[in-house]
Amino acid sequence: MTGTLPKIRIRDLHKSFGSKKVLDGINLDVMPGTSFVIIGGSGSGKSVLLRCILGLITPDTGSIEIDGEDMITASPRRQDALRGKIGMLFQNGALFDSLPVWENVTFGLLALKRLNRKEARGHAGSILAQVGLDPSVGELYPSELSGGMQKRVGLARAIAAQPDILFFDEPTTGLDPIMGAVIDGLIVDCVKKLGSTAIAITHDMASAQRIGDEAAMLYKGQLIWQGPASSLMDSGNAMVDQFTHGRREGPITMELRR
Amino acid sequence: MLLDLVAKLGRTTLGLIRAAGSLTLFALSGLSHIFRPPFYGRVFLSTFLETGFFSLPVVALTALFSGGVIALQSYTGFAQYHVQSAIAGIVVLAVTRELGPVLAGLMVAGRVGAAMAAEIGTMRVTDQVDALTTLSTNPMKYLVAPRLLAGLIALPLLVLVADVLGVAGGFTVSVVKLGFSPHAYITATLNSVKVIDVTVGLVKAALFGFLIALMGCYYGYNSKGGAEGVGTATTSAVVAASILLLAFDYLLTDLFFSQ
Repeated sequence: MTGTLPKIRIRDLHKSFGSKKVLDGINLDVMPGTSFVIIGGSGSGKSVLLRCILGLITPDTGSIEIDGEDMITASPRRQDALRGKIGMLFQNGALFDSLPVWENVTFGLLALKRLNRKEARGHAGSILAQVGLDPSVGELYPSELSGGMQKRVGLARAIAAQPDILFFDEPTTGLDPIMGAVIDGLIVDCVKKLGSTAIAITHDMASAQRIGDEAAMLYKGQLIWQGPASSLMDSGNAMVDQFTHGRREGPITMELRR
Repeated sequence: MLLDLVAKLGRTTLGLIRAAGSLTLFALSGLSHIFRPPFYGRVFLSTFLETGFFSLPVVALTALFSGGVIALQSYTGFAQYHVQSAIAGIVVLAVTRELGPVLAGLMVAGRVGAAMAAEIGTMRVTDQVDALTTLSTNPMKYLVAPRLLAGLIALPLLVLVADVLGVAGGFTVSVVKLGFSPHAYITATLNSVKVIDVTVGLVKAALFGFLIALMGCYYGYNSKGGAEGVGTATTSAVVAASILLLAFDYLLTDLFFSQ
């Protein structure tokens, strides 16, 4: 029975900021072990959706269930416990500037007291190796790293606690195509190795196809298409096709500001 | 026209009440986390060193020169009435009751309050605060509570040093420049200094330290919109802390010393 229960179930989710409707009735099931990619233009609500699932933003109405437990109505203690199942790679890495890389990577483990500082320092090296970084990188500070290295450290931090669920917020943004492919490869490897369920949001089509099993497109706060990630470039949906092929002409109109 | 004015006044009043409520809830939440585990000793220690130890030079110099200036200015006025002997008492009273806590507070507000707002503000706009939440760490507990505690403890210690150096400044100017007898000056100082003056000065300092940290954390935590937002938060934190500090200085002086 539990095998058929979605890892994440979202029902009729709405969120507005002032008069701007950002999420407009989202319904979504993400099954265990699936890598789910959400595509959509800037301002379509992708990041807000991810932050709602994490409990960083409270939606106006609707429900978000993780392993059958509602994240929104859960007590703060239960919310923390549910959040503990999730590892997150932020768009810009969001590494803690004041801490060395090894402490960034093991921050969650130290917070949960799963390791002491001495053990954490050693453990960080093995996690860094999993994302293709030399353990000596652990002694550096985030400001001393390149963009690609920062993403890898962010990924190392996300997988350090071996979470059930992994979120990736535009993992390849700001990287060159080769480094983007490297990061995608690492994400796929990590998700497979941990057996995690993953949600990635991106507007990089190559990345979406590399990472995802399933995909959906968000437009003006609504999910307008859902299907296999392999059919993203040939979805049969006019809006998705316009977006994935990067065409100016089509049903999607961009609001341009002067 | 009149209705517009009333509406504007109403909106402003509601905005002020909302801001005061938000600040109060933030302060209560931060305070409550000081007493509830887990405790972040390393964050507390680094903030305490930054607030207390590394602010020592600027506070020490300010106190030293201020004590000297009071001695010099008092002499100018008192000499007309031949009561120069009161200078030692005036210096110690002014330094322990007012100048020590207020000047140290203003210096720390400019130095540490701004740094707190900038650091937490940068963490907010670069998603580091959200990252803390996703890593099973309450940002109020990790970022705010240790800073509030550090401000509360570090500023009284700084003011204690400022008190001593302020009196030393007055002593130096009085002896070297104004020709007072060192022995007479010290005796007059010891006769004038009262435990209540020093104690109230330290109570003021603890409150000021808390207010400075609170403003730095509050404005940093609520930063929005990138570098510009962080800059605005930093300025607001220093301005708000300075104004609150002076307002509470008046209230405490009125409470403890008004006849």
